Amino acid sequence: MSYSGFRVIKEALTGHRGWGPAWRTPEPKSDYDYVIIGGGGHGLATAHYLAKEFGQSRIAVIEKGWIGGGNVGRNTTIIRSNYLLDGNEPFYEFSLKLWEGLEQDLNYNAMVSQRGILNLIHSDAQRDAFTRRGNAMILNGADADLMTTEQIQKRYPFLNVNNARFPIKGGLAQHRGGTVRHDAVAWGYARAADRRGVDIIQNCEVTGFRIENGKCLGVETSRGFIGAKKVAACVAGSSGRLMEKAGMRLPIESHVLQAFVSEGLKPVLPGVITFGAGHFYCSQSDKGGLVFGGDIDGYNSYAQRGNLPVVEDVCEGGMAIFPMLGRVRLLRMWGGIMDMSMDGSPIIDRTHIDGLYFNGGWCYGGFKATPASGFAYAHLLATGRPHETATAYRFDRFEKGRMIDEKGMGNQPNLH
Amino acid sequence: MIINHPLLGPRDAAEFTYLGDAKMIHRPDWQADDALAQFTAYGYLRDNPAGPHRELWFHEQGDRSWLVVTRDTTTHEITDVQLARDVARAEGRSK
Ligand SMILES: Cc1cc2nc3c(=O)[nH]c(=O)nc-3n(C[C@H](O)[C@H](O)[C@H](O)COP(=O)(O)OP(=O)(O)OC[C@H]3O[C@@H](n4cnc5c(N)ncnc54)[C@H](O)[C@@H]3O)c2cc1C
Repeated sequence: MSYSGFRVIKEALTGHRGWGPAWRTPEPKSDYDYVIIGGGGHGLATAHYLAKEFGQSRIAVIEKGWIGGGNVGRNTTIIRSNYLLDGNEPFYEFSLKLWEGLEQDLNYNAMVSQRGILNLIHSDAQRDAFTRRGNAMILNGADADLMTTEQIQKRYPFLNVNNARFPIKGGLAQHRGGTVRHDAVAWGYARAADRRGVDIIQNCEVTGFRIENGKCLGVETSRGFIGAKKVAACVAGSSGRLMEKAGMRLPIESHVLQAFVSEGLKPVLPGVITFGAGHFYCSQSDKGGLVFGGDIDGYNSYAQRGNLPVVEDVCEGGMAIFPMLGRVRLLRMWGGIMDMSMDGSPIIDRTHIDGLYFNGGWCYGGFKATPASGFAYAHLLATGRPHETATAYRFDRFEKGRMIDEKGMGNQPNLH
Repeated sequence: MIINHPLLGPRDAAEFTYLGDAKMIHRPDWQADDALAQFTAYGYLRDNPAGPHRELWFHEQGDRSWLVVTRDTTTHEITDVQLARDVARAEGRSK
């Protein structure tokens, strides 16, 4: 059943009796061509593009909980393509272009809102760095706009531009950036994949791999063995735990990132704003809550909850640029587990085990990557070659010294 | 989180910076035949367990000692804290 304005009117007039479930609840089959582990944004997007763009069938997505229960439903929903390095920027720009056509592609309202993102500049050195980044973005076909303090003040009059320690000296804006309703992304991809015959199997945990003579034959799950020609791991924060079952150690540490939402307010914040002197970023949801966050807690964690020093740090950052925040009450805070990689960039690659593929290392920025990650992973699975925008996301880049380290921090996950 | 420092008693974790897995105490032998593979693993690959984890914390805003903290990554509960120097010596590192 396609969704449309006409359909909404028709259902309204007939008591909303015609809506069915958005996807089926199939029993797992004994084998598939493709088994995707993890029903987050990336896993579901991979299934959708495998079926739609690469004409593949006999695909299952296996999720240990419910789809959308992982990071795809916990993140702060920001999309952007404001990266610097060659290995990254074409990929993220490809992703942003896919976001722009996503709702038509999926026939699903994901509330893609290109309200713009602004990275604030607080020093001359930072202006130089952001100018360079903006130029790199433009060279890769993205949009970038270096804004003056006056332009910023006009658009965001509530910003404290004269903070004694961190005056605002301008900003790098990407007007095509913005926010997307995060769990609608999971649901939209799930529904679109299901309509093309993909089996989405929830409440089914992958507990191991069946590997014989260096070849992966399928996965052991809480609901029995499921055979597969190709097994595609895609479990974000659980990557280490899962790949350990295939005997692999990864260039990844799992860390907790917290996020916060305030009580609902009238519209006050047009777009996304990030603080350049500390770690704080903020947008306003369509329900009115201010959604904000900052640094990861900084130590290995699978606990899905963080500690108070980061809460204090985030709120201090917020107060430095938005003094009006001081009057706002916090409604909720939560944590999600991120797969922090050694250079802050992701991996989409085959493993040394035949038929076993890996997608992970998305750090705190994997939501914006969802469409391109799914597309590139599907490309690799279906054709055996990496997608042209994802050729740098290889396992062996660490050994070869080809790190993609946006901030030049080195092999220290909690610094990225 | 509170880290029970062996010399200074209970201290707020915010006084520390975190490095990671305590296995990093043991640098590989640079003269080994497979030194490249060993250093790649040392520099970039991690066990990343869900459960007890021995890890290095640096008391940056305190006495600047390195500690080996045993902490459960699923609950954040800390069960053991030792001076990294003592651990390294006990495990046979000379310096
Ligand atoms: C607080 C927070 C804020 C963030 N903000 C942003 C942001 O503003 N912009 C941005 O771009 N990114 C952001 N991110 C990062 C982004 O959310 C993640 O990088 C991205 O969602 C990860 O991909 P995913 O959606 O596939 O992960 P998930 O939704 O976590 O999917 C992985 C799935 O795998 C399942 N799974 C795990 N183990 C198994 C198993 N053994 N068997 C079966 N299934 C399994 C899990 O249950 C889960 O559903 C944020 C993250 C957090 C936590």
